[in-house]
Amino acid sequence: MRLQAAAVKLGYGERTVVDGLDLVVEPGTVTAIIGPNGCGKSTLLRALGRLLKPRGGEVLLDGKRIDRIPTREVAKVLGLLPQAPTAPEGLTVADLVVRGRHPHQTWYRQWSSDDEAAVSEALAMTGLADLAERPLDELSGGQRQRAWISMALAQGTDLLLLDEPTTFLDLAHQVEVLELVRRLHQAADRTIVMVLHDLNLAARYADRLVAMREGRVIIAGAPHEVLTEELLREVFELDAKVITDPVAGTPLVIPIGPHR
Amino acid sequence: MTTVLALRVAGLSWRVRPRAAAVTLGGLLLLGVLMALNMRIGDIQMSLAEVARATFDTASAGHFVIMDLRLPRALTGALVGAALALSGAIIQSIARNPLASPEILGVTTGASVAVVAGVVVSGSAYGGASGLLSTLGIPALALAGGLVGAMIVYTLAWRRGLDGYRLVLVGIGVAAVFTNVKFWLLTIGDVNDTSRAMVWISGSLNGRGWEHVRPVGVALAVLIPLALLGARSLDALRFGDDTITGLGVRMNLSRALLILAAVLLAAVATASAGPIAFVALAAPQIALRLARCAQPPLLSSAVVGALLTTGADLIARTAFSPVELPVGIVTAVLGAPYLIHLIWRART
Repeated sequence: MRLQAAAVKLGYGERTVVDGLDLVVEPGTVTAIIGPNGCGKSTLLRALGRLLKPRGGEVLLDGKRIDRIPTREVAKVLGLLPQAPTAPEGLTVADLVVRGRHPHQTWYRQWSSDDEAAVSEALAMTGLADLAERPLDELSGGQRQRAWISMALAQGTDLLLLDEPTTFLDLAHQVEVLELVRRLHQAADRTIVMVLHDLNLAARYADRLVAMREGRVIIAGAPHEVLTEELLREVFELDAKVITDPVAGTPLVIPIGPHR
Repeated sequence: MTTVLALRVAGLSWRVRPRAAAVTLGGLLLLGVLMALNMRIGDIQMSLAEVARATFDTASAGHFVIMDLRLPRALTGALVGAALALSGAIIQSIARNPLASPEILGVTTGASVAVVAGVVVSGSAYGGASGLLSTLGIPALALAGGLVGAMIVYTLAWRRGLDGYRLVLVGIGVAAVFTNVKFWLLTIGDVNDTSRAMVWISGSLNGRGWEHVRPVGVALAVLIPLALLGARSLDALRFGDDTITGLGVRMNLSRALLILAAVLLAAVATASAGPIAFVALAAPQIALRLARCAQPPLLSSAVVGALLTTGADLIARTAFSPVELPVGIVTAVLGAPYLIHLIWRART
């Protein structure tokens, strides 16, 4: 058990989004957090990545409170990709990925052979080696998202948190990014937690689904345990049929219409 | 195509951008030439050969003129330009905005208000005071005013953290208030006092001696290495807040320290030569384009800033010879079209 939320209370300003939530991230799995808009799934992910300080309860990394560990030490074991990240204009793919080495560097060791190897490997794994010198602004949406994942990868962490890595991408690019996530998991047994909107892709690419509604976890488990017709009605207020995906064998959601 | 080289010596390692290094070194050479040309000009015109002889031959007639009058003036120009440009490069990176500069941090406008207030309040008595008051008094006032101006902007912009966009907006508002206070003070002051203040608030290198070189020199000697230490965090601070935190950067601490360095650089520079316009804004953007980087390279920016100021001073002294313009007028005339160009580019 590396990453865990214990009775966390989360919110912004006056508003409390999550109240008393418990979640254990199973090591070596790909977990997808699903739920309707505004259910607190991104908020939960931000708290797990110490981007948001809980108002109550605690987030534990390797048994220690994450906000008591120096942020640089956290960055050596936990990498994250925020929702819709922004980069300076004109930045090249290589410059972006090199940034991922930040937590491992000091002022006198800014570009060691370890750094260089990690960056080449990250570029190769994401299929961007040939595009390394291209500015990010010139890439397609899918390529750009791969570049950001590549940066998180260069950080060399076992834990990766991805906040809606497929938003704004067309279906082909969504699949491209999720195939990459799957490969990252298989290559080094990385633990990956991501927030996803598309239930069918979540079922196909995650080992575990966490379904949230109104700041609470309704159910967590394997895709076929979570994605049932009753749950879709309860969590998404959606009447749907669940059949078996003829390609992957995972649950496939066929919407009928809104719950009446 | 490699745009970055690895420099590794016994466990130490850096990334070197050949283009940025070339801009820095080439700029330093050009700077030497411009400074030499600048030192030819004065009551006694000298050839470059005479400048060289007067510099190194302590017995020559021109030695005093070069070493005590012209060299400190040229050095003040170069150092002030470098300090302003470095300050601008840091602020533009933190604000993530190419239009940001120490002016929006309240430093230069705060210094102007303090100096004009000092000149107007002390009135004609000030003009009659000893040289000590006019050489120590104005820089001290400017430094204090610059620091207070920056503190006001910083305090107003802080809200559970520092946001680059809010900093720019608050800075523009505060600068507008300061500027109007300055104009009001100028209208109520005695004509003789205000005309003297006007030369200062245009930014001038006239009559700058070693006492002006020293503070900027010391500030740069301390703050350039510190800024370079912070350059790594600065590279990270150009991203969104979540990315910065994710990389393990202590965001608010790094931002505060770097802004403090930028404020000190701009305040010391302004105290020495007045608020020379546009150097802090333009130099980092020119350096960035020459070095083909996505962000202003710090050392190259400083060298380009020194070049801009020295070049502008050369123009200011020769264009309407024998009348000498304040250097700030020239940088403003050159800078305004450049600012319009930047805004135009940002629109398209």
